[in-house]
Amino acid sequence: MAREMWKGNEAIAEAAVRAGVEAYFGYPITPQNEVLEYMSHRLPELGRAFVQAESEPAAINMVYGAACTGARVMTSSSSPGISLMQEGLSYIAGTEVPMVLVNVMRGGPGLGNIAPSQGDYNQICKGGGHGDYHPIVLAPASIQEAVDLMPAAFELAHKYLNICCILIDGSIGQMMEPITLPEMQPVVRKEYDWAVSGAKGRKRHVLSSIYLDVPTEEKVNLRILGRWREAQANEIRFKEYYLDDAEYIIIGFGTAGRIALSAVRAARALGIKVGLFRPISINPYPYKQVEELCQQAKSFLVVEMNTGQMLKDVQAAVRNRVPIRFYGRLGGVMPFPDEFVHEIQEMVKNPGKPEDDPADLWYQRMMARGEER
Amino acid sequence: MMVAMIVNPENLVYSRPKGFTDTPSHYCPGCTHGTAHRLVAEVLEEMNVLDKAIGVAPVGCAVFAYNYIDTDFVQAAHGRAPAMATGIKRVWPDKVVFSYQGDGDLASIGMAETVHAAARGENITIIFINNAIYGMTGGQMAPTTLPGMKTTSSPNGRDVETQGYPIRMAEMLATLDGAGYIVRRSLHDPANIRKAKKAIRAAFETQVHNLGFSMVELLSTCNTGWGVTPVQSLTWLEEHMIPAFPLGDYKIAPEVAALKI
Repeated sequence: MAREMWKGNEAIAEAAVRAGVEAYFGYPITPQNEVLEYMSHRLPELGRAFVQAESEPAAINMVYGAACTGARVMTSSSSPGISLMQEGLSYIAGTEVPMVLVNVMRGGPGLGNIAPSQGDYNQICKGGGHGDYHPIVLAPASIQEAVDLMPAAFELAHKYLNICCILIDGSIGQMMEPITLPEMQPVVRKEYDWAVSGAKGRKRHVLSSIYLDVPTEEKVNLRILGRWREAQANEIRFKEYYLDDAEYIIIGFGTAGRIALSAVRAARALGIKVGLFRPISINPYPYKQVEELCQQAKSFLVVEMNTGQMLKDVQAAVRNRVPIRFYGRLGGVMPFPDEFVHEIQEMVKNPGKPEDDPADLWYQRMMARGEER
Repeated sequence: MMVAMIVNPENLVYSRPKGFTDTPSHYCPGCTHGTAHRLVAEVLEEMNVLDKAIGVAPVGCAVFAYNYIDTDFVQAAHGRAPAMATGIKRVWPDKVVFSYQGDGDLASIGMAETVHAAARGENITIIFINNAIYGMTGGQMAPTTLPGMKTTSSPNGRDVETQGYPIRMAEMLATLDGAGYIVRRSLHDPANIRKAKKAIRAAFETQVHNLGFSMVELLSTCNTGWGVTPVQSLTWLEEHMIPAFPLGDYKIAPEVAALKI
């Protein structure tokens, strides 16, 4: 296939089409509008379903209905819209039906702004809706990686009867890059033994997330947890860069991880043996891989576009064995590679102690930077 | 009459419709939900679409509608049934998709979903149970509670100065071009129940002929929530609800009228 210039949001939409998405329901919100706009002409052209809903709660509940048919269905939104969808996401998780969610994060909290942010890591990974459930979350760092993950997102959602979220930020949604799109797949609607289609020649199917009998609800929770544990065991994804001889290791996901790669190359040019570990599945999180890196790392640098949300997962894996330094930019501010290089240099000068609180030290440094306030 | 004679098929004048399960009802004795459920089941059976029907149950007393109406079913979040029905219908345009919702579900928390499903001319059918109260949660004020009517959250009677006025959904939705069939009927006596059944049939026919959004609003009783006997509740409905929510045909698109149902 030819390499073509594509805008992130449109490329993701086309990749979903090629992965066999049968129905899309969404609501306008910047910076993800191009997904909705692209779907509005592309899906009807192919005879597939598109509805611009009246709100995000309506959009996610249309997805919920469509997911109950067993078709490949999706929606996309951005931070405030994802907040509005949490009700439906919880119901979808509780009903154990598959869907794909694209979240193009922007600066927050509240109305915030439309600049790139990673402030919704906790919301999406740790469960923004009520109840015990764990969506699968994949965080690509480029448009190519995002389109490559779209078929996998549908496969994972249907394999684990779960929500699979592609988590990106406004920069990946809005930028253009040369990419190779995945091949067009035929639409295949599987005959699930749970999907609603009209009870013709079979026992009827009823899909619900209500279990008034509490021991039954506990069993359902355990069933959901069982599938999640399977995903934890089988669906870890990550990328490693310059780790073979690395003494210092940066950990960052998505755009922060991508910027970190530039910083790693610049620091290598300065003679620093630094490498990058970039989680792609941020839920389930590659705890074991981070733990193993403790054997070679003198110190970790965690970089995020938030106040240290993934940092907590790194800390859970490192468990005070190796010092961790943290650097975050907030509210839609994108860090420059130079800032990371500076952090790497400071870390090499003073790797710190394993018992240091990286988020606290970072906050103090941020507050000391008078010109930035 | 001996039992044997009663169960003799020749003497059988009333039985469970094919579209009904044999699950004992959880509804309060005297409640008209059972009547409305039965009418839906009878119509789906008579139209021979039980095996292509997909129901959407609401949040409210009818949350367990799927225990009784014997078709494929999903159960929605509070107020979101029209959105869920939209999602199903868009994937399965040839199936018969309906929701069954109460007044709190449809006219309060789900107002946006209801209005926009109608505005889009979504080919779904809504059975709207208006009993002027939140039954399941214990009798709170609904968007259709009458002025002065006592509920557990309007204990001195609905004060229109602070709690506003009831919403007439059929009249409101009838203004939308996407609506194909919008009527209001009542379940307070056999003659009206027969008319209600005819309307439900017309609503489903509207859907199967792709003529747009259809809704039948059914004035219903909640004797428990209203604090009266079942018989008193039927009288109360007739005397108080019908004047506030007049029965009638609010929108019958010419193409629907041409079906001559």
